[in-house]
Amino acid sequence: MKKKDLISITDYSKEDYLRILELAADFEKNPNQRLLEGKVVASLFFEPSTRTRLSFETAINRLGGRIVGFSDAGSSSVSKGESLHDTIKMVSNYVDLIVMRHPLEGSSRYAAEVADVPVINAGDGANQHPTQTLLDMYSILKTQGTLDNINIFMIGDLKYGRTVHSLLMAMTEFHNPIFNFIAPEELSMPEEYKLFLNEKGIRYFEHTEINDNINHADIIYMTRVQKERFMDPIEYEKVKNVYILKNPMLKDTKLNMRILHPLPRINEIHPDVDKNEKAYYFTQARNGVYARQAIIAHILNLK
Amino acid sequence: MTAMSDSLKKKLKLKVSAIKDGTVIDHIPSENLFKVISILGLEKVKSQITFGFNFESEKMGSKALIKVSDVFFEDDEINKISLIARNAKLNIIRDYEVVEKRIVEVPDKVIGIVKCFNPKCITNNEEITTYFNVISKKPLDLKCKYCEKITHEDQMVIK
Repeated sequence: MKKKDLISITDYSKEDYLRILELAADFEKNPNQRLLEGKVVASLFFEPSTRTRLSFETAINRLGGRIVGFSDAGSSSVSKGESLHDTIKMVSNYVDLIVMRHPLEGSSRYAAEVADVPVINAGDGANQHPTQTLLDMYSILKTQGTLDNINIFMIGDLKYGRTVHSLLMAMTEFHNPIFNFIAPEELSMPEEYKLFLNEKGIRYFEHTEINDNINHADIIYMTRVQKERFMDPIEYEKVKNVYILKNPMLKDTKLNMRILHPLPRINEIHPDVDKNEKAYYFTQARNGVYARQAIIAHILNLK
Repeated sequence: MTAMSDSLKKKLKLKVSAIKDGTVIDHIPSENLFKVISILGLEKVKSQITFGFNFESEKMGSKALIKVSDVFFEDDEINKISLIARNAKLNIIRDYEVVEKRIVEVPDKVIGIVKCFNPKCITNNEEITTYFNVISKKPLDLKCKYCEKITHEDQMVIK
């Protein structure tokens, strides 16, 4: 049988998404299911990512699996100059599944070709981070009760933010999504995604500031405006405080509206918002464990 | 550019001797002649090969030409040169006569040959054969199977 990997969100069909979301709900009800008993999972973090690594390792532990691996390339044989090919080939002999984070783009696709066991991409540079997308979808489903007819506002760095691109692609599989993009011009949604929406006949609107337009939102998806993305530091100074969500702005937003953020947050969501029941980002992070349990179960056919 | 005179045409023919059986690849941009030779692996061919470049061409200004005796290319093989010799034309020769004319076509997949433009792509950091899906043939847009970024025609670098 052909092995299943998860490298790019578009590798999966709508049926796969729905199956994983259904499994995630099951794991949320009953998180400790020892389906990975006797199995070993490699957690290969060639660059540090505490949040993603702990989320995966918690998911594996709750499934009763054992973990081998490293949390940064410095403590692996990569520091001796070993190629990715050889590292993956070697690890693939030992384990039942590889979870991998790597700073180079396309590294996970390549690892999946080299490995005899399934590979889950836990982020390859600025390219893909599909498990984040699935936990985002699970969070939308949980808070809205559906993935159809959702009006999503994406705010912040829409140019380089891989999480917004993947979420956009995935949500177009569902009925009648509406997208609203709020970003400074230099960080606006790339043309290729707008063309993709045009081709699919999906509505989107672009704005350069947060105002009462957010009152239509079902989901506000905040991202961090990163200083290092700007060629000109003055440009960064001009926009850095424009995209900050504050509690008073939420006064007339819809009751069902929830705020998501892939985290870490810097200053783009004011701490006042945390107390608002519409703030969902910390629960969203908890959903990550259930979503990752579901992805592992789906890939290894555990359920 | 003036039209090529009959005497020039004659001289051109004389410069590159006729072949009995084989393939003539014409209308190669002069500057890409050696890349074409390398892509087709002609340096390993044992039969007689003649090539010339910087020939005057009405359409191209300057063109190159390769005559390969006793070799007939499969479409897959010859289409690899389409990336650097868009207007190349093939004449298939049997017993000194042109029996078939072909043009090259951009393939649906490009394997090897081109470098991914993305410096952070794994293919630019490890020994990996590049692999692109051709998402547009004119202008040429190649989507890397690994990093998923698109290399546009003006960013294309031949390996």
